[in-house]
Amino acid sequence: MPGPADARPALATAVATLAALAAVVLAWHLFTAVWGVISAARFPPPLEVGAALRQIVVEGYSNGRLHEHVLRSVGLVTMGFVLASSVGVALGLAMGASRTVEALVNPVFLLLRPIPPLAWIPLAIVWLGLGNGAKLMVIFFAAFVPSVINSYSGVRQIEKPVFEAAAMLGVRGWRYWREVLIPGALPSIFTGLRLSLQASWTTLVAAELVGAVAGLGQILNQAAQDIYPAMIVVGMASVAACGWAMTLGLGWLERAAMPWKPR
Amino acid sequence: MLQARLAPAHAAALSAAGAAAFLGLWSATALSGITSRDFLPAPWDVARRFANLLVEPFAGYTLLQHLLSSLHRFAAGFLLAVLVGIPLGLLMAWFRWVDRVVSPAFDAVRFVAPIAWVPFAALWFGTGIGGPVLIIFMGAFPPVLINTYRGAKNVEPRYIEAARMLGASHLRAITQVLLRAAVPSIVAGLRISAGLGWQSLVGAELIVASSGVGYLMVKGQASISTATVMSGMVAIGLVGVLIDVALRRLQQHIETRRGL
Repeated sequence: MPGPADARPALATAVATLAALAAVVLAWHLFTAVWGVISAARFPPPLEVGAALRQIVVEGYSNGRLHEHVLRSVGLVTMGFVLASSVGVALGLAMGASRTVEALVNPVFLLLRPIPPLAWIPLAIVWLGLGNGAKLMVIFFAAFVPSVINSYSGVRQIEKPVFEAAAMLGVRGWRYWREVLIPGALPSIFTGLRLSLQASWTTLVAAELVGAVAGLGQILNQAAQDIYPAMIVVGMASVAACGWAMTLGLGWLERAAMPWKPR
Repeated sequence: MLQARLAPAHAAALSAAGAAAFLGLWSATALSGITSRDFLPAPWDVARRFANLLVEPFAGYTLLQHLLSSLHRFAAGFLLAVLVGIPLGLLMAWFRWVDRVVSPAFDAVRFVAPIAWVPFAALWFGTGIGGPVLIIFMGAFPPVLINTYRGAKNVEPRYIEAARMLGASHLRAITQVLLRAAVPSIVAGLRISAGLGWQSLVGAELIVASSGVGYLMVKGQASISTATVMSGMVAIGLVGVLIDVALRRLQQHIETRRGL
């Protein structure tokens, strides 16, 4: 945590970052709009991007205004991610805790694991069409694998003395799970959740690019068809901003879930 | 207490039971007539379709030709990521100003999902080889850069001091001290980056390509042939595993040679 003594360097860093940002935007403006080194048809000048942002926020573009697209995409990812990670973490913990479950489930899991999340998209479209169901299916498979693997290895990484102490103290049943297995595996579980979240966000954007009624990927798709580079930039920036915000949210959750961990 | 290790025979029997249950359930659902066989083919339908795709062209090419064109794009994008990522990572670790300039831009771009580059990839480079290569590059580049940078930053300072004291130039210090010391970390990064690159390629081919396994799957999807789509998934999974095995071999080779 930066204390009061660090206030000045933090401020200096912030000023330097802002100055660098301003320089980048200025250079961008000069190269595209003033000198024309980069043609506006290939990469749009900042003012056009601003106009496109205004257009989508105020009037809407491709079946909705920006906040509607964002809410739709983020809502879908949250739903799919929560569903997949709750099933995935539970399965991973069970596989970690019991070698019987591990032996039973492993072959199926080994079969599904090498298939990249994005490769589920065509199957989801054949089965469920272009609606929310297909998106949820794709997100589910994207988020499922990392959360299983990391929860499993989280349990297996718990040190032996912890188990021995638990056995000696007669901890069993629900308490064994709540006070030994889950807290021990939690750091690894969160590593898995972070990977899951990233994978599900990427996969949703791809699925929306392939076909959707609305959503951030659909903005990109529409802008590509309209050859509207400024809107492509707006779409990409929105994808990045949402991904960043969700990662931040998960980091916050992680700290709340593991108060004992040093920052 | 964690359950004791199962006897190998017991574990194998359980695994066989698990696999049999999965395949059995799948076959039973396919045969039951709840859905049409086009919608949910039985496992052997997929196997037959896979064998069929190997000899009979679909969407212009046979499966192997699609795979070759995918691998070609993958190799181009991956190589580009390596050729840019390793030198840049080393320079960032050696010169602080490079780090200061590149890091913010890199962090900003990294949050853009590789697949979100699809519109610009198509606009700038078309749908042949250039467009997909840009997307693979965007997927494969970050892990190479990050691992090279971390590996080079973790070099023991006394090696660098020794090189400095002996009068090594920047170039020599970077290539002979930083690069060599960072090799294990770089190879670990290559594995991650190959996986992400292969994945991004599949996504790219779903949208911007006119050949490749991803394209084959899109065509299969358009003709509602689940068996074709599943064959594509199998092919992608297999090749992904092969790429990973090759890189893991390389990693083990380097680690044993260095006595790690």
